[in-house]
Amino acid sequence: MGLESTLPMLLGLAWVVPLGSYVAILFFGPRMGPHGRNAAWVATAAIGTSLVLSLTAFALWLGHHPPVAIDHGHGGAHTAVEADPMDGPGAAGGAIRLVSARADTAAVDPGHADAPHAAHADGHGDGHGHAHAAPPAYAGDWYTLYEGGRLRLSIGWYIDTLTVLMFVVVTFIATCIHVYASGYMHDELHEVTDHEVRLAAGGHLHRPGRFPRFFQALSLFCFSMLGLVIAGNLAMVFVFWELVGICSWFLIGFYYERPSASTAANKAFIVNRIGDFGMLIGLMALWGALGTLHFADGPGQAGAGGDGQTRPGLFSLVRPAAHGHALQVPDGMVTFAASREVAAIAGRPGVPADVAAAEIAARTPGWREAGYGRWLLFVAGVGIFCGCVGKSAQFPLSVWLPDAMEGPTPVSALVHSATMVAAGVYLVGRFFPVLSPDVLLVIAYVGAITLFIAATIALVANDIKRVLAYSTVSQLGYMMLALGVGGWVAGLFHLVTHAFFKSLLFLCSGSVIHACHTNDMRKMGGLLKVMPWTAWTMLVGCLAIIGAGIPFVIGLSGYYSKDSILAQALSFAQANPRHAILYWAVAGGAFLTAFYMFRLWFMTFAGEPRDHHVADHAHESPNVMVAPLVALAALAVVAGWSLGSFGIANLLEQARPAGTAEGLAGGFVFGQSLVVPAEHLSHEGSIHVTATLTAFTTALAGVLVAAAMYLWRVVSPEAVAKACGPAYTFLANRWYLDELYHAVFVVPTLGIARLASANDRGVIDRIIDGVARLARGLAGIDAWIDRTIVDGVVNATAAATWSTGVRLKRLQTGRLRQYVAFIVLGTVVAAVVAGFLLRTSLAG
Amino acid sequence: MTAMIAPVAWVCPVFGLGPLGHPPGVSHYLVVGAILFVCGVVCMATKRNALGVLMGIELVLNGANVNFVAFASPWLQADGARSIGLDGQAIAVFVIVLAAAEAAVALAITLNFYNNHATVDVDRADDLKG
Repeated sequence: MGLESTLPMLLGLAWVVPLGSYVAILFFGPRMGPHGRNAAWVATAAIGTSLVLSLTAFALWLGHHPPVAIDHGHGGAHTAVEADPMDGPGAAGGAIRLVSARADTAAVDPGHADAPHAAHADGHGDGHGHAHAAPPAYAGDWYTLYEGGRLRLSIGWYIDTLTVLMFVVVTFIATCIHVYASGYMHDELHEVTDHEVRLAAGGHLHRPGRFPRFFQALSLFCFSMLGLVIAGNLAMVFVFWELVGICSWFLIGFYYERPSASTAANKAFIVNRIGDFGMLIGLMALWGALGTLHFADGPGQAGAGGDGQTRPGLFSLVRPAAHGHALQVPDGMVTFAASREVAAIAGRPGVPADVAAAEIAARTPGWREAGYGRWLLFVAGVGIFCGCVGKSAQFPLSVWLPDAMEGPTPVSALVHSATMVAAGVYLVGRFFPVLSPDVLLVIAYVGAITLFIAATIALVANDIKRVLAYSTVSQLGYMMLALGVGGWVAGLFHLVTHAFFKSLLFLCSGSVIHACHTNDMRKMGGLLKVMPWTAWTMLVGCLAIIGAGIPFVIGLSGYYSKDSILAQALSFAQANPRHAILYWAVAGGAFLTAFYMFRLWFMTFAGEPRDHHVADHAHESPNVMVAPLVALAALAVVAGWSLGSFGIANLLEQARPAGTAEGLAGGFVFGQSLVVPAEHLSHEGSIHVTATLTAFTTALAGVLVAAAMYLWRVVSPEAVAKACGPAYTFLANRWYLDELYHAVFVVPTLGIARLASANDRGVIDRIIDGVARLARGLAGIDAWIDRTIVDGVVNATAAATWSTGVRLKRLQTGRLRQYVAFIVLGTVVAAVVAGFLLRTSLAG
Repeated sequence: MTAMIAPVAWVCPVFGLGPLGHPPGVSHYLVVGAILFVCGVVCMATKRNALGVLMGIELVLNGANVNFVAFASPWLQADGARSIGLDGQAIAVFVIVLAAAEAAVALAITLNFYNNHATVDVDRADDLKG
């Protein structure tokens, strides 16, 4: 059995197993042991099975497609593309195989010379191979939901290195969090008294525990996230995108009796809807112009009407192999935008349809040169990015994530650090080949703004989980910025490493909260002695997130990913001096990250206890909670390392979408001079050294400042806060973003709602009441007619019948002789009449 | 026609020389039946005694019987078709049986009525009058 049928089976199974757990807990949860205790085992076993299956798939993948060492722009993975629609019985749902083969294509490439790439301008001819590298990928459909005309909706897969890697990361972190949660959610096994809910009658809320319900939602969440990762087309991505959203709503609102939790859940859901609206627009732009939402090429129409041709997917439409995988506005968008010219050609009388089609095809390149369809590509890219802005909590839709910390801490770790918010970054990465330089610039600036705003807010936050939440937002900004400046590997590399250390940090904070029963860092301090495991693993997480390491020798996972982001940003800034601020945002962000992370660690663990009541009750968490911390800490250290050619960065390099190794040039919205440099340029000596040293110095500076303020107490934090009073207030109030949205969106919306309500009551209700009254009057008249006339006729008939009957009654005398006389008389009369009639009829 | 009537005239010469001046035919019998019927009806309409009424009924039924027999007699049929059809006679016998049954029931009712009211006056039997 080949890889092209094994992988979809393994990963598909890994995807569906959590759904089985969800269904099982949904129906039998409360009956699983006392208080549903065993639901945790069911869910953990399911996600553990997924992990094993994902690891198997990963091992198989490595066996078939060994990663290649990054050689800094010399060579890379040369691959030949062989689109091969199999029609044998083994082709379940019609799989397309993109066979990767190492072939030296550097020497030959006729189409290469006219590919408009900036990368060539500065003499990097040895990067030839990158332009033609199509990554090994498998795509196909399990089930076609609907097929008719150009429309094909299906449940399918698109599996490349990124998919397999994401499966391993998501299932691994989810497994750790399941294990951790089975300890953390222990309280839910009994009757719960929620001290944060005050009842109107006084006292606190008592409710039964909801242990199975938590694991049920967790399983559904894993299913949705894995479906999003494996999805073979954007329609399926959108479905699971929304499923992830609803699962986060369940989980954030887990303590739904608390007003803050239910509000936060609604806020997360509504803010995500705003982003999804943009995503729908992007989907429609793609669908309307290109007629497909599939990533990869697919088989032609099945059945008798099929032409047997392969149907190009989004990637090959935007970056056709015939064009050297270089980005171009696809034909569909060009003709869509040039619809007037197309109509003029097709509408000429007496021209056969095929001749007109040929002319349209011949003139399409000219139209493309003239710029038709560029806006459409821009709208499609920005639209899809809008969805990612919502899901990945980018500015201006970042407000939901800090509030989402109302959920239980394992949820924060799973949903809001490692997986759900990663979905947005993942989609940008997956969709990267379709994004034009202008869209990338938008993404870069959104990322930069997000990372700066969130990092500054994190400086002054006092809630331990909120610091981590803003840190998450900030790191997501890093990833977006990295993708936006062309660092595809850098952004996704940081996504993977961040998933490990951020879930570690969240789980550590959960452990602290579990011990202290408070989120406020001002009441903590000196916890190092009480809970050493938590403290040291959290220190590893902090070091990883700030990118600690010995420059040019070795470092924690964040060291590698952050360096590559910084290098790419520097490379971008050098190519576009106008956008140098992006580099300064990254460098400044590195300083801020180091400061607030170590502020958190010092405030929590170092020094003397500030609140003895808290410190006396604190204790190390049970083993079931500490074990995941250790596992994640180990990965937070090693995730960035590469042994020979095996490492996450190499794997990602292998997954690099076809053609994206080259740079992009020439925006049309933001100026023709816009250049997105090729990523291998950032490995150049000068850039790399500068970036590494910048990262090291900024991080070190951040740690030192934090230590000076919170460890050695050289400078009093209160004094600093007082010295920059307005700025401090501004940051402590989170840039007044929530207040701004409240004033700009919520209040006017409520005003409009009130107006609409007044209009409803004053005008529409009045009209409806008047109509009702009129109808009632008419009905009264109708009733009078009914009673008087219709009923009168009927009653008169009855009365007449009655009186006739009374009169006829007198004939019945009871006298036999009279009756006989009547009979005789009647007979005689009848005979006479009959005689007359008979005679008449006979005569007639 | 002659061939049919001749034997009758030979056997019963008095018919051929009847006071009506014709050989006796169906109409003669019908006249007798009608007289009987009218006698019966008048008897029913005038008698107050229940037994008298019953007698009137007997007359009415037998008036009808005379008609049946007269119509059915082969000797009296105008076309002289020879058949052994006994339809009329059968009905007459049936009517006789019916009359006997009816008389039995009616007499029982009368006796009962007498037991209850000490009279057989039909004008007094008006208990069911509305």
